[in-house]
Amino acid sequence: MSEGDGRVQAPFGTRDVTIDGIEELGPYRVFSCTDAAGPVPSAGQFYMLTGAERWGGGADERPYLPRAVSVLAAGDDQLSFVIEVVGPGTERLAELVDGDRLRLLGPLGNGFSSPGTGIRPILCGGGIGVAPLAMMGQQLLAEGREVTSLLGFRDAEHAVGAEFIAGSQVATDDGSVGHGGFVTELLLAELERDPSAVVYSCGPPEMLDAVRAISVASGVPAQLALEAPMACGYGACYGCVVKVADGSFRRTCVDGPVVVAEELAVDWLAAERSQ
Amino acid sequence: MTVDLCGIELAHPVINGSGTFDVIAARRVFGAAVDENFPFAAFVSKTITLEPRLGNPPPRLFETPAGLINSIGLPNRGVAGYLEHDLPGLATLPVPLITNVMGSNADEVGQLFEALEPRGEIAAIELNVSCPNVKTGLDIGADPAELSKLLAVVRGKTSKPLIVKLTPNTANVALVASAAEASGADAVSLINTLRAFAADPRRPGKAWLGGGTGGQSGPAIRSVALAQTSAVAAAIELPIIAMGGIATAAHGRQFLDAGALIVAVGTESFRDPIAGAKVAAGLLS
Repeated sequence: MSEGDGRVQAPFGTRDVTIDGIEELGPYRVFSCTDAAGPVPSAGQFYMLTGAERWGGGADERPYLPRAVSVLAAGDDQLSFVIEVVGPGTERLAELVDGDRLRLLGPLGNGFSSPGTGIRPILCGGGIGVAPLAMMGQQLLAEGREVTSLLGFRDAEHAVGAEFIAGSQVATDDGSVGHGGFVTELLLAELERDPSAVVYSCGPPEMLDAVRAISVASGVPAQLALEAPMACGYGACYGCVVKVADGSFRRTCVDGPVVVAEELAVDWLAAERSQ
Repeated sequence: MTVDLCGIELAHPVINGSGTFDVIAARRVFGAAVDENFPFAAFVSKTITLEPRLGNPPPRLFETPAGLINSIGLPNRGVAGYLEHDLPGLATLPVPLITNVMGSNADEVGQLFEALEPRGEIAAIELNVSCPNVKTGLDIGADPAELSKLLAVVRGKTSKPLIVKLTPNTANVALVASAAEASGADAVSLINTLRAFAADPRRPGKAWLGGGTGGQSGPAIRSVALAQTSAVAAAIELPIIAMGGIATAAHGRQFLDAGALIVAVGTESFRDPIAGAKVAAGLLS
C-alpha cells in the first residue's frame, strides 16, 4: 500500500506532547519532549510544530501555519528541537515553557543517506542549520565513523552553536571566533587535504549554494538539507518547491528536505525568499 | 449519516477541497494508515489540465492573519499523465474519486471530459472555472453567460455527474450558480480562493509571490464563504458542496445549516492531515 521508499514514516495526524526540558544557549533555545507515539526519526527529517494553545494572535495576527523544524536529537521516546527566533512562529514556539503542550506532525521528509564505507563524512553547517547535522554526527559516531565538522556563524554570540557538535572547526563572518570568513573556505581546505569525502550540509541558502557549487566543481558528493516555508510538510500544498536541474519544481517536504547537490538547478537560489 | 451526492453514496458529508490533499504523497509519508483511516468520504483530485503544467515559480505561499495566500499554479502531469500514473493509485482508495479538471476553452474542457469518460474509476467530474491563480478560467466562471456557453458545448461529452466549482471572484455568485443549474450541472461547489495580493515586505509595491497574485484561503474567508453559500442555496435546487475556512465540526454545521449538502475541508488539512476526519466525527456525533 505504501510506496515504501525507506523513510521513517509518521503517524497519520498531529499529536500533542508535553515539553519537559528547556535549555537556552545564546540565541538558541532547545526544547525537549517525550513522544511515545512516534517512531525514532532519522537525521535530516523534520517535524511540523505548533503550540497546542494560543497559536495565532502574535505579530500581524500570526502565526497561522505550523513551522517546519529539524530534529536535533532523538532516542528513548525523547525528541529535541532547537530554534532561533526569526518571526512570529518561532517567537511563539520560544515562549513555550516546561509543561506546555506542543503539537507536532512527523517525522517528515527523507533524511540523510549514510556515507559509503571508507568515505569520510564532513558536516558543513551554518547557524541554526547545525541541528540536523548534530543528529547526523551522533549517528555517524555511533557507527564508529570519524566525523569532520565545520560550522559557520555570524558572530561570537551565535558561535556558541558549535557546542551542538563537539570538536567542530568554527568560522565566523566577523572573525571573532575561529576562522574569519565563510565556513565553505574551511570546506575547500578540507577537500584539498583529502577529497575522498561526502559532505552533509545545512544552513542559510547562500551557504548551501556555495556548497552546491563546490560539490559540482569538485565532484565530491554533497547532501544538502534545504529549508523552505511550508504549509503542510507532507506533500499536500505544493508550496515549498525548489527548482531542480531539469527546470521542474520539487517539493522540499516529501522529495527533500535533503537533496543531492547536483540535482538542484544552478539558479535555484534566485527565487528563494523567506517571509 | 450517509449522503447521496448525484447518485454517489458517501459515508458522511465531509470531503476535501481540490488541491489540498495529495493521496500519493501522503501514503509515502504516513503509510497504510492513509487508506485505513481515510479522512474524507470522497476524494477530489487536484486540478488536471490537458497538458502538463510545472506550476508557478516560488515563493508560492504567504501566511496571513488566519490563513494564507497561495500561488501554486496548478502543477499536474496533464490528463494523459494523470490517467497513466496517478489514477491507478487513486482508484484503490476506499472512497469515490472525483476528478477536478480545468481547461481554458470549451475545446479543451471537452477533450478533458472525453478522456475521463471511459474510466469507471472516476465517479464524478468537478470543473474548475474559478482558479484565480492562472489567466485561463477566470472569465468563464465570473460571467453567467460565458459559463452557460461553455456548458452547452461540453455537458454532453460526459455521462458522469458534473460538479461546477464556482469562483467567489464575481459580482453575483447566485447568478453564476443559476446559469450552471440551467446548463446541466449536477451540483456546484464553492468557494474557491479569493483573489489576493501579498506585498513583498522588502520590495515596496512588488508582489511577494512568484506567480504575481494568489488566492486567499483559511479561516479568514469563512464568513465570505458562508454568505455565498447562503446566496447560492437560495437561488438553486442543486446539491451544494461548501467550503472556505472550515476547521471544526461547528464550522461545518454552519455551512450545512446554510443549505450545503456536503462540506469540504481544505486549508485546515495543511495544519492537520486528519482534520477532515475530525470534522466528520464531530458532525456525526
